[in-house]
Amino acid sequence: MFSTSLTVNDVLYLLEGAWVTVQLTAWSILLGTFAGLLFGLLRALLPRASLPLAWLLDVFRSVPLLIQFVLFNSLKSIVGLNLSAFAVGCIVLGIYAAAYFTEIVRGGVLAVPLSTRRASRSLGLSYGQDLRFIVLPIATRVAFPGWLNLVLGVMKDTALVMWIGIVELLRASQTIVTRIQEPLLVLCIAGLIYYVMSLVVARLGARLERRWQEND
Amino acid sequence: MFDYSFQWRPALRALPDMLAGAWVTFETAALSMIFGVLIALVLTVMRQAPNRLLRGVGNGWVSIARNTPSLFQIYILYFGLGSLGLHVSSWLALLAGITFNNAGYLAENFRGGLKAVPGTQMRAARSLGMSAFQAYRMIIVPQLLRIVFYPLTNQMVWAVLMTSLGVVVGLNNDLTGVTQEYNVKTFRTFEYFALAALLYYLIAKLIVGLARLLSWRLFRY
Repeated sequence: MFSTSLTVNDVLYLLEGAWVTVQLTAWSILLGTFAGLLFGLLRALLPRASLPLAWLLDVFRSVPLLIQFVLFNSLKSIVGLNLSAFAVGCIVLGIYAAAYFTEIVRGGVLAVPLSTRRASRSLGLSYGQDLRFIVLPIATRVAFPGWLNLVLGVMKDTALVMWIGIVELLRASQTIVTRIQEPLLVLCIAGLIYYVMSLVVARLGARLERRWQEND
Repeated sequence: MFDYSFQWRPALRALPDMLAGAWVTFETAALSMIFGVLIALVLTVMRQAPNRLLRGVGNGWVSIARNTPSLFQIYILYFGLGSLGLHVSSWLALLAGITFNNAGYLAENFRGGLKAVPGTQMRAARSLGMSAFQAYRMIIVPQLLRIVFYPLTNQMVWAVLMTSLGVVVGLNNDLTGVTQEYNVKTFRTFEYFALAALLYYLIAKLIVGLARLLSWRLFRY
């Protein structure tokens, strides 16, 4: 009854797909973190002037990611950029992550009490020093759980890049299903891999969070 | 470098069909939210139950829903159930997948909301002679809904965005499905999908606006 035609090579193929998922997540989070940090600081420190930026980023949060992929992919062809599908995936996911991270950073910076910042300025710290030594450490602790959630969210959203033709974990499982016709088994293995990856990230994050809280 | 002429007219001609698709999208999302909220309430109660089996099922549901991609969940309902001989339509697979996902996320929100309702409220209700169910229905849940209203709105927007995944399992009458049908006929990908993106944006804004009106009406006192 429990005979299966799943071979070791198939499992290796799945793991290769999982590696693509990890790479996509890492690159887009890297891009999203830098852009989100910049935009978030702008949003928190110059709220009036960066209002158009907020509207723009809101668009990326209210349009389905699938449609963003298709749109950017066709735009790339229209403009004539020579980007690989992988790069397109990273850029779209990166912008998407940045749109979310901006709000997280903004929330973190605004969570620093104004009196604390005034106190630091009155102790003679410059504006930059205040940002670096007072706002950054406090805001990081506030924003970190949100960032971690974002990493997990982006990792799950990488599943959508199969629509523009990248073979990642879910697409790899699809290919194997087409060959051996055992969808439940293969999909369960793919799901298990996703689950384990999420769990590892969540555990590492929780540990880091606890270590930071020790000397608070 | 730039030798592409945009053809917006066919896209605009497809607008009535796409609006019909948008309605299907909205309906699907609303249905999944209604079922999702109901299941999430049950899950929230289950996760606090003394029975270990109930707690295990509740925790398992939430952690699977939150730790795997929603596309994967739709896949397993569409292809996985098919292999067991249960053939579901792509719309049903989409609805069930999103409902599963919504219920998991909302249960986590509700758990947070429940923590914010003081425990004394429950004890007071019980000591006034209400049964556990009555206390939940009349005392806890109304306060809970007030706290989780904003996350609920967010989740509704999420549900609308998630319905776009139906096209991957072959749904062709929601907004993305209709758009894709036109796209494969004409290959005016950018125009059609830009219009779809605009419609999605409007739906999302509409939901946020309606929720704001509703919250103003509901939580006025």
